[in-house]
Amino acid sequence: MQFMLLFSRQGKLRLQKWYVPLSDKEKKKITRELVQTVLARKPKMCSFLEWRDLKIVYKRYASLYFCCAIEDQDNELITLEIIHRYVELLDKYFGSVCELDIIFNFEKAYFILDEFLLGGEAQETSKKNVLKAIEQADLLQEVCCSLPSS
Amino acid sequence: MALKIVKGSIDRMFDKNLQDLVRGIRNHKEDEAKYISTCIDEIKQELKQDNIAVKANAVCKLTYLQMLGYDVSWAAFNIVEVMSSSKFTYKVSCSQLQLQSVDAVLITTIINSVSLPLVTQDLSSPNQYDTGVALTGLSCFVTPDLARDLASDIMTLMSHTKPYIRKKAVLIMYKVFLKYPESLRPAFPRLKEKLEDPDPGVQSAAVNVICELARRNPKNYLSLAPLFFKLMTSSTNNWVLIKIIKLFGALTPLEPRLGKKLIEPLTNLIHRALDLLYGMVSKKNLMEIVKKLMLHVDKAEGTTYRDELLTKIIDICSQSNYQYITNFEWYISILVELTRLEGTRHGHLIASQMLDVAIRVKAIRVFAVAQMATLLDNGHLLTGNMQRNGICEVLYAAAWICGEFSEHLEDPMQTLEAMLRPKVATLPGHIQAVYVQNAAKLFATVLRKQEGTTDSLAAQETSQLLIDRLPLFVQSANLEVQERASCILQLVKYIQKLQQKEVEVAEEVTALFAGELNPVAPKAQKKVPVPDGLDLDAWINEPPSESESEDEKPKAIFTKEEPKHTRPRHTEVDEKELARRREARKQEQANNPFYIKTSPSSQKVYQDQPGVEHIPVVQIDLSVPLKVPGMPMSDQYLKLEEERRQKERSERKKKEKKKKREKHGRGRRADSGPESEEDITPAHHVDIVTEEMPENALPSDDDDKDPNDPHKALDIDLDKYVYDVQGNLQDGSQVVVSVIFENKTDHFLKSMEFNVLDSLNSKLQRPEGSSPHDGLAVPFQLPPGVSNEARFVFSVQSIVMPQKLKGTLTFIVKTEDASTHEKLDFKLHFTCTSYLITTPCYSDAYAKLLESGELKSSSLKLEGVIMPFHHLLARICFHHHFSVVERIDSCASMYSRSIQGHHVCLLVKTSNQTVSIDAKCDEPSLLGNVLDEIKHTFSQC
Repeated sequence: MQFMLLFSRQGKLRLQKWYVPLSDKEKKKITRELVQTVLARKPKMCSFLEWRDLKIVYKRYASLYFCCAIEDQDNELITLEIIHRYVELLDKYFGSVCELDIIFNFEKAYFILDEFLLGGEAQETSKKNVLKAIEQADLLQEVCCSLPSS
Repeated sequence: MALKIVKGSIDRMFDKNLQDLVRGIRNHKEDEAKYISTCIDEIKQELKQDNIAVKANAVCKLTYLQMLGYDVSWAAFNIVEVMSSSKFTYKVSCSQLQLQSVDAVLITTIINSVSLPLVTQDLSSPNQYDTGVALTGLSCFVTPDLARDLASDIMTLMSHTKPYIRKKAVLIMYKVFLKYPESLRPAFPRLKEKLEDPDPGVQSAAVNVICELARRNPKNYLSLAPLFFKLMTSSTNNWVLIKIIKLFGALTPLEPRLGKKLIEPLTNLIHRALDLLYGMVSKKNLMEIVKKLMLHVDKAEGTTYRDELLTKIIDICSQSNYQYITNFEWYISILVELTRLEGTRHGHLIASQMLDVAIRVKAIRVFAVAQMATLLDNGHLLTGNMQRNGICEVLYAAAWICGEFSEHLEDPMQTLEAMLRPKVATLPGHIQAVYVQNAAKLFATVLRKQEGTTDSLAAQETSQLLIDRLPLFVQSANLEVQERASCILQLVKYIQKLQQKEVEVAEEVTALFAGELNPVAPKAQKKVPVPDGLDLDAWINEPPSESESEDEKPKAIFTKEEPKHTRPRHTEVDEKELARRREARKQEQANNPFYIKTSPSSQKVYQDQPGVEHIPVVQIDLSVPLKVPGMPMSDQYLKLEEERRQKERSERKKKEKKKKREKHGRGRRADSGPESEEDITPAHHVDIVTEEMPENALPSDDDDKDPNDPHKALDIDLDKYVYDVQGNLQDGSQVVVSVIFENKTDHFLKSMEFNVLDSLNSKLQRPEGSSPHDGLAVPFQLPPGVSNEARFVFSVQSIVMPQKLKGTLTFIVKTEDASTHEKLDFKLHFTCTSYLITTPCYSDAYAKLLESGELKSSSLKLEGVIMPFHHLLARICFHHHFSVVERIDSCASMYSRSIQGHHVCLLVKTSNQTVSIDAKCDEPSLLGNVLDEIKHTFSQC
């Protein structure tokens, strides 16, 4: 996977994750282009599209679009499954997740993604393990915060 | 210095944190840019502070701004600085920022020059999450330089004691390999080792990496095939399986032997996929799906797999009473095509489908008969090597269909001839038997045709044909065949005699096979209504008398019941009445969809359907051999079906356009969109369908569903609640209110908060420390259509008066686009009854209580109560928490107790629809209110 973008129906970017080094300018350009392309598509249209030399896999959950770019030989269906698994993880963590959850706790959303995917490859397929790791990290963070800074 | 620190921490209290920033940006929708520029100024200030916590907070905010598209590369140095801190929180935010934000080149230089030691230090940190964060960060900006410098460190981490780290290290190695391929050779043994790691997470990561590597260069990984094969057969993780299968896809071209080994596990997977198909079909895609499956059938190599596909096709098509089939001609052709399969074991299955469809779909018979005749004609193709061929079973169906529906045959004589060929004698006995019997049916049809014309010789020739051919079957070793053949042979000989005397026999021969055979539904017997006046429980004869003593007991119980058993009436019905009934029955049958109409007009009805003339009429050349050259027949149907739908669609569009013109564009409908399931009208109006039902069949129990579903009707209520107030026996001042929340919207409800405006007398019990205006969180969320119960405890001081409490329920409605905050006002009614608790009381204690004279009395009269006395009592018990102490005829004493120990006694009497209640209680106002509530209960009914 090359990158993952989350954006709202209004085209506002909610989360972006790049697994390939690109310049900020390039990233912005790609984001703008993709958001426009995906938003213009009708609901009954296919979730996969070819874009430049990549394949775009996207899925809409409520008001949010989850959009991934994969390489030519990658499988679209498993990417769709990855997106879904990520949404399930968010849902488990936030308790029926909504867009606001991601806006306000976007660092958590990133963290969940990092525990699930690493360098664009699925890292942990067990939902339980991902959530356990996040829980422990949360705990660690709380301990840090509760100690006065020295 | 000290002052500076104090000042710093005070400042910190007033700093915006990330949450504030997000909220602020959302609140400044109008002038977002301006707001953010002030924020950035603040952040710049914060970054200048010495306090690392303040800096981290600033960096945290930067991550968000960066995502919004603002340039934060100016802060790169600070970011690395914070990253190097020892606190986990700070690192987390930084790692996110790094990978997201800062120019990769810049960060690399910084890391290389300044903080490479920091990262490596992180990599070997004792805390696994520290190391994890470093690895995650690294994964996004691996450059050749970094890869080279860190490869050995990461390799060490692949053998870390914690699986969490191992997993991440394995995945990172993939990125490292890509940037620094030299590292692959030394790292590979260790990577291979990870394929058998005890932790499934590490294992799947290793599979992932190797699969990705192998895709680029498969031949180097052939040696791993046995290992992967073992993983594939043992792993239950679908994610891993998919990757492995992809890997094998790359490996098999290089190693042909692999293919053979893979057949079994792969077919298992295919089976699972086929099971999915079963649930996927719809009217729209059935033909397409079956076409694809047919292609696989043609390509399939093993017979088991082919048989599997065959049964799946039939399963899919026939599911829920052929629900998804819109064109039965297509289905028959599919079945006929399936008969071409050599060596299938499922001839029987195909045969039973052919029979079922031909019998139940009347409109299809003409077509089916034509197809079956072709099958019979080409019977030799099917019986080729019959020994191991189950397909000849279809000839059983073909023969029966051709015989039973012979009136539809175009050339019955030819079919008759085909059925009497000597080769038939090689078929299994039960099929021969059907051949013989149906030859007789055909004979009758042929005779009728031939006698209609003047050519009487032809009829005699037909008889001669039978007399010539049947002896072959008379000699059969199969008893059934022998018996039928000899019987029919004698019959034909007799007919021949008559024919020679120029007697017309066709009518009488046809009469032998008159009447239609209809399948009977398994439930038919149950649905026969009991005729009027028939009581199945009544004694036909007087019951044998039993001994006196046993007779008495039931008498005592049933004395009041009227003897309702009557003997069945024998009604005399005159001719007229009979005729009328017959007419009524016919009418009913005509309207009964379960009844296969016997009138020959049903087919016409189908042809008269509006729009049917547009269905392209299929011209099928009956001389076509079974192996149709070029396109198989079912494909033609697929095409036709598409054309038909196209046509329908265009017609519909025309109509719609018309409508639109009439009603100037009211509500535009997207007619270009793909049609929905309902839009597809079947080509055959299936007069199918089900098995025969008895006359006057009762409607089945499940088909009448109320179209006015209460949930739909109540769609307007956002959220409905029902509540029940109950006193708490243990504590005289507590009342528990159970509220059932039911979500009647189509949306998800969450964060519900229940709040009540307390009165002096009643208060909602809130957790300690909360103010009397705080709401209580309802401990659940409600998906659409779900209901759940929550309990709230109220403390009540005085219970002698009823009370109403006002309250609100606030909640968040999650819709497709947004979440809205909604509220709902309600009132809770605490009746005096709700303070009463059903308490049993013995009659002597009750008498003592009344005698004590401490109770005040009051009374109530209810007029016009028309319900049995025991119902009345039950109602008081149920609604007002009383229990019956004693009941004598139409008089009863009742008792209840309040949560604060008040005794309430009732004496209820009834006569002529008037109920009088005398009541006593030690608290007159409580009593008065309870009586009012009782009165209210009865005024409602």
